[in-house]
Amino acid sequence: MNRRRFIVQSGALVVSFGAARLAEDLGLETAAAAQGLNGPGSRQLDGWIAVKADGSIAAFTGKCELGHGLYTAQTQLIAEELCVPVSRVTLVQCDTAVTPDQGTTSGAQSHPANFNTSNLALAGATAREALVAMASERLGVPAGQLVVRDGIVSAASDSTKRVSYAQLIGGRTFNLTLNPNAKRKPASDWTVLGTPVPRVEIPAMVTGRFEFVHNVRVPGMLHGRVVRPPSTGATVAAVDRRSVEAMPGVVRLVIRNNFIGVVAEKPWQAIQAAAALKVTWSPGAALTPQRDFHARLRSQTATRDTRMVDSGDVDAVLSRGGRVIRATYLYPYQMHGSVGTACAVADVQGNKATIWAASQAVWPLRSSAALVLGLQPENIRVVFKQGPGCYGINGADTVAYDAAILSQAVGMPVRVQLSRADEMAWENYGVAYVSEERAAVDPNGTIAAWDYEAWTPTRGGRPGAGTPGNQVTGSLAGFEPAAFQPRSPAPAPTAFANNNNSVPSYVTGSVNGRAGGTGRIAAQRVVIHNVRSPFFTGPLRSPDRLQNTFAHESFIDEIAATLRVDPVEYRLKHLSDPRLIAVVNAAAKAGNWQARPSPRPSARRTGVANGRGISCVLYEGDNGYCAMVAEVDVNQDTGAVIVRRLVIANDSGPISNPDGLRNQLEGGAIQGISRALLEEVTWDESRVTSVDWRTYRPLYLSDEMPAIETVLVNRPDMPAAGAGETAVTVVAGAIGNAVFDATGARLRQVPFTPERVKTAIAAK
Amino acid sequence: MSRITLRVNGTSQTVDVDPATPLLYVLSDDLQLNGPKFGCGLGQCGCCTVLVKGQPVRSCITPVSMVADGEVTTLEGLGSVEKPHPIQQAFIDEQAAQCGFCLSGVVLTAKAHLDRNPKANEADLRKAMSGVLCRCGANTRMLKAIMRYARGVKA
Repeated sequence: MNRRRFIVQSGALVVSFGAARLAEDLGLETAAAAQGLNGPGSRQLDGWIAVKADGSIAAFTGKCELGHGLYTAQTQLIAEELCVPVSRVTLVQCDTAVTPDQGTTSGAQSHPANFNTSNLALAGATAREALVAMASERLGVPAGQLVVRDGIVSAASDSTKRVSYAQLIGGRTFNLTLNPNAKRKPASDWTVLGTPVPRVEIPAMVTGRFEFVHNVRVPGMLHGRVVRPPSTGATVAAVDRRSVEAMPGVVRLVIRNNFIGVVAEKPWQAIQAAAALKVTWSPGAALTPQRDFHARLRSQTATRDTRMVDSGDVDAVLSRGGRVIRATYLYPYQMHGSVGTACAVADVQGNKATIWAASQAVWPLRSSAALVLGLQPENIRVVFKQGPGCYGINGADTVAYDAAILSQAVGMPVRVQLSRADEMAWENYGVAYVSEERAAVDPNGTIAAWDYEAWTPTRGGRPGAGTPGNQVTGSLAGFEPAAFQPRSPAPAPTAFANNNNSVPSYVTGSVNGRAGGTGRIAAQRVVIHNVRSPFFTGPLRSPDRLQNTFAHESFIDEIAATLRVDPVEYRLKHLSDPRLIAVVNAAAKAGNWQARPSPRPSARRTGVANGRGISCVLYEGDNGYCAMVAEVDVNQDTGAVIVRRLVIANDSGPISNPDGLRNQLEGGAIQGISRALLEEVTWDESRVTSVDWRTYRPLYLSDEMPAIETVLVNRPDMPAAGAGETAVTVVAGAIGNAVFDATGARLRQVPFTPERVKTAIAAK
Repeated sequence: MSRITLRVNGTSQTVDVDPATPLLYVLSDDLQLNGPKFGCGLGQCGCCTVLVKGQPVRSCITPVSMVADGEVTTLEGLGSVEKPHPIQQAFIDEQAAQCGFCLSGVVLTAKAHLDRNPKANEADLRKAMSGVLCRCGANTRMLKAIMRYARGVKA
């Protein structure tokens, strides 16, 4: 068993652990015993919580830290439920050998998954109640008359009657199943949750001590480098092995179908060998020229169609002869573009393997890596190690396959870190969109019908059982991505769901007589066409939600402007959900919103013009409310847009950590600016051409930043919702609407480059 | 391969490597330091930043032979978890990180600029951060942390 150093910076504590060591700490006989506790959806309390001999707590979670503060927040949750200080909790995240299987850590789903009344939260409540019950028996005091503080249970009336967690169960197992009736501590009693506990890893990170997956070092570890095709769809015709055989340090050239990698003793040797390797590639498939891409996307016929809502009367209302407003919005492919390229270490020995990866999906990665390696999933251990912010499926999974294939070929542990270009040219991009909006407006200025139709490309995605081909490595090694199955026309919806925010906030969301939406418009239709993508695609922070919300929030603004009505007032007129209304009002108030129609009446025709815009969303239809007011300066001569101020009002239920929440909202807002103004995947006739930070230029630290203000709406009585993806979802709409307010020019294509801004100004 | 001696965080180190090897691989592989990281290999992002004789250097594109006999400082060399350097403390105080991967470039570039220009204002400092990338959008917090440290330097 390799013992990895695992930094848990709680009071500068550095803990070394491996499964065996961990099992020992917990009083379990073997690592296998620890593993046996953790089937999918484990109901065994011992799979989640252990009280160590010294009374400190180890908690095991299947939701991992992605830079969004979840490690700290989960530590707070356990400290709160078990009434101990944060420093007495050690959290172990996502390790297929020792933690519960909670599937994939999709950022915005991690808070609802573990902070409501199931999973980790329920485990904490179950453990506390069990400890109190044990203490009751031990002390001869009824449970209702006991209090718990700092891991000590005592009689409320006589504090000399006391017993510690260590005395009750330290080093032994609970042997209990999770109690679905266990009561969480009410938010009104919280002393740890709901407070701004500092992120536990930051001291180790800022002093260079923190161990990322990039810093995993296994004895005997070699270094691999992959050689990706030069163009999309190219295949290997010939490889000149002699071109690298004699190079210093080269251990093995590995070829598997179209997968090629080199293993060397040192990283620089592997890089040089990969660069020197002579490969003859067949030409790949021609790519649709980028300028024609959206039109081609729109005209596809082999589509997989989904109807989210359809009241059946939209065409009739639209053709009644009243006012009909339409607009088309375009969104590009964008990258996750993690600041560090993906890295993994794999150690494949015979029929067993260990993989250290920054994957959000250690269990699906295990099952798909099993196919790649031809091993049984239970003989593979995938250990999550933190990586650079991923924002969805970056290269973390594909590089795990790279390392696994190379390690299996040499029978030694192999570390692989991708080159910048290999990551950028082949990652699973966030998807492009063509969004067509139509609305009928009645004589009172109320929207009478809303019709939305969109086209978006798809290929591959997250690792899934049976689909290692969802990312580039598996595909090169001979596996197919998840099958694309055209389906048109779409079947009628059976229940309302708005996971992708394809349904605008302003309709009732009525399906089968139940209104699940947040608005008032009854005549509604939403149809989404999925189309085959030439590039791999996958979830990118606010996947589809951002694209759809940009279209909807721009469109409602266009309608309000056409009718000469204030954009906030016009939104409120069509909204019914009180929490969405509340964040819109809160953002408008904090943003000193002046009620008036856009564009600003005194808008200048040249030079710098200033404007404000608003945008809002109920993320995923049920997972966090957000509204944003943006103030921008637009240089009408150069087309440059500078965001001066962002005011964000957010309601994600009870707040677990207000500073962590602010950090997420600020980060989402800034990343949203970068995506709205700058980011776009580019390609030529055969290959992706945005392959570094010059050709895919995001916001840098030297770029001007807006003042960002956050209004945190706390709802302790509501379920916990996600907060990592709300702000990013509304930025493009808020900025585009602010640009319109400033200039009267409507931006309908992201990113809002100076050229597009100038073109829109010239066209108004 | 050749033997190269360099001082890293105050300790003399001798490695036997191809002299063309970028300094980053010597630091992270041969010397097993966690601070400097590979971000792009092109000098475009700052993740690999170290200080050489007090100047910020992109170690991913700097051959190790160029810093032989030089004084190299990584994030580890500034301070420790127990005793962070004041600029590191400022980042802790402002909670100026999300994933934390970019911190070598942010912290060391800012520190080097303030070492040379103790009176730098916020606009100067922001300009000095050109070519330093944070993808999580912790930008405003990082600038606040740098300004917090800068106030201490001026005081």
